[in-house]
Amino acid sequence: MTMRLVDIAKTIRSKNAGVDKITFDVIFIEDSDYKHVRDSGVLTRKSVAALYGISENRITDFVNFDPARAIKFSILRNRSSGSAGDPDIFGAQQYAPLMDIEVPEPD
Amino acid sequence: MRQIKIICPNGHLGFAPLKVESFHAGVAAKPDFIAADSGSDDVGPVPLATDSSASPRAWQEHDLEEMLMAARKLNVPMIIGSAGDTGTNSRVDMYVEIIQEIAERHGLAPFKLGYFYSELDREFVRTRMLSGEAIEGLDGRDELKEAELNATHHIVAMAGADPFVHLLEAGADVIIGGRSSDSAIFAAAAIHNGHKEDTAYMLGKLLECASFCAEPYGGKETVMGTISEDGVDITAMNPEQRCTIASVAGHAMYERANPFHEHVAGGVLDMTNCHYKQLDERTTRVTGSLFRHDNQMRVKLEGAGKFGERYFGLAGIRDPHTIAHVDQVLDWSRAEVKRRFGETGYEIHYTVYGRDGILGEMEPLRDQPAHELCITVQGVAPTTEVAEELTLTALRQLFYARLPNVKGTAGGVSFPFDEVMRASPACSWTINHTMPVSDGLELFPTHLVNVGKLEAAE
Repeated sequence: MTMRLVDIAKTIRSKNAGVDKITFDVIFIEDSDYKHVRDSGVLTRKSVAALYGISENRITDFVNFDPARAIKFSILRNRSSGSAGDPDIFGAQQYAPLMDIEVPEPD
Repeated sequence: MRQIKIICPNGHLGFAPLKVESFHAGVAAKPDFIAADSGSDDVGPVPLATDSSASPRAWQEHDLEEMLMAARKLNVPMIIGSAGDTGTNSRVDMYVEIIQEIAERHGLAPFKLGYFYSELDREFVRTRMLSGEAIEGLDGRDELKEAELNATHHIVAMAGADPFVHLLEAGADVIIGGRSSDSAIFAAAAIHNGHKEDTAYMLGKLLECASFCAEPYGGKETVMGTISEDGVDITAMNPEQRCTIASVAGHAMYERANPFHEHVAGGVLDMTNCHYKQLDERTTRVTGSLFRHDNQMRVKLEGAGKFGERYFGLAGIRDPHTIAHVDQVLDWSRAEVKRRFGETGYEIHYTVYGRDGILGEMEPLRDQPAHELCITVQGVAPTTEVAEELTLTALRQLFYARLPNVKGTAGGVSFPFDEVMRASPACSWTINHTMPVSDGLELFPTHLVNVGKLEAAE
C-alpha cells in the first residue's frame, strides 16, 4: 500500500532562493510522518532529479531540517529569474509534481 | 546588556500595505525600534535594470507614514532597508523625500534623518576588476567578465549592519538604507545596544519577513522580536496568529537554499545548533545561533541590465490534432520568424499553457496536454518597432501553421486579441557576485540631515 506525499505533508512549496535558484520545502506536522518520509528513500536527490527530468548536479542542496520537520532541496535555474520567457518569476509553482510522490505505508 | 524590542510590520514594505490593527498592537507594546525591509529580488530584474519600483508610491507612502508617525510619537528610531525594492540611489532619495513630506504635512517636531547609498558605478567595478580583484560568482556563476558588466545598467551592493550602526551612533532618528541584507537592518539595532552578533543576526533573520514566521499564514501582519541575554523571542502581534516552533523554524529556511547558514557582509549566521522553545501561545524563543566572521569581508553585488524591448501575444488551441502536434506549430512559427528576421539579434519565447507552461522541460506530465492550450509569445528586439513586428509575426504564423491532416483549414489557433501588446523591457540579472572590501562602510556613504529645519547636520 502507498500514500501520496500530498496526503501526509502539511506544506509543499517552492520559492526563489536568490535569482539563480529555486528552493523546495516539504514540511510535516507529525514527527513520525517526517521521519517516515525522510527514511523511506522516496524523496532524495536521485528521485527528485528523475521526477523533474534534470541532472543531479542541478540540485545544489538537499537537507533534512529536523527543527521544522522539513525536507528541503534547491535547484539551479537554467536562466536567472525574470529573464524573458521565464514563466515563474517567483518560482512559486514548481512544487506541484512533488505532491504525487508515492510513499509506502508505515509498517 | 539592555533587553530591546523591535517590531516589524512588513516583510517587503511597499509590495502590499501593512495591516494597521496588528501594527498598532505592536506600537502599544512600546518597542525600542520600528524597522522594515523594503527590498527584494523576487520582483525580477526589471526594476533594477530600469531604476524603477515594482509597486505604487501610494503603498510605500502608506507604510512609511504609519511607521514614521508611530516612531516619532514613541521617540524611538525607525529603520528602513533596501528603499523602494532595489535600493538604488533614486529609491533612497525618493524615500528621503517622502519622509520629509510626511514630517512637513504633520508638522512633526525636528528629528535627524540618516540615509546611505548602495549603488555602484559600473566603471568603479570595472576599475576594481582590472586592478586584479576577483568579482567572484555566487550560485554557480563564474567570475564576473567585462561582457556581463557591459550589459549591466544598475549595480547595488548589499550592505550589512555597519552603515545602520554608524547612523544610529550619529544620532539618527530615522534611517533610510540603500540595498541591504534583510537581517542586517534589525541586527544593527541590537548591535548598537551592545548585543552579540550571534543573537543580533538571529533576531534579524526571524523578523525580516514580518508575519511569515507566524501561523496561520497571513502576510503583512506585525511581529515583535525581543533580544536579551536569554535569547531571541519572537511574538505574533495579530491575536489570530502564533509564532510556534514549527512556524519559526519553517521560516528560518524560507526562500534560502540552506536552512543552516545565512550569509551577510562580513560573515555567516550559523543556525545548525539552534534550539527552539515555545514560551507562550504566541511566542517562540530561539537560542544557540552563532555568527562567524569571514577572514576577508566580501559584499554581494546585484546587477541587472536591459536587453531589449518586449511585446507579447496570446493564442488558443482546441483542436485535439493540433494539440497533439503543437511542437510542429511552434516550429512553423519559428521558421517564419527566421525567414523574416534572420538567425540572431532577437529572442522569441513560446510558452504552452495546458502542457508545460509553468515548469517547461521539468514538467513530468508534458506528454499529457489538456483539452485546450494557451500559447503566449514573447518577442524581444532592440527597438519597439521591431519587437512588435517580430512578436506579431510569431503570433500570426501560429494561425497559418501547415499541419498535415488537420481538419480545420480556416485557421489553426484562436485569438483573444488579434494584436500584440507592449510589455516591460526584457531584462536580466547580469551580476550575482561578491567583491572584497576593506570594511563594511566602504561602499556605503552615509548622510545625516535635520528634518524640520532641513539644513545639513554633518
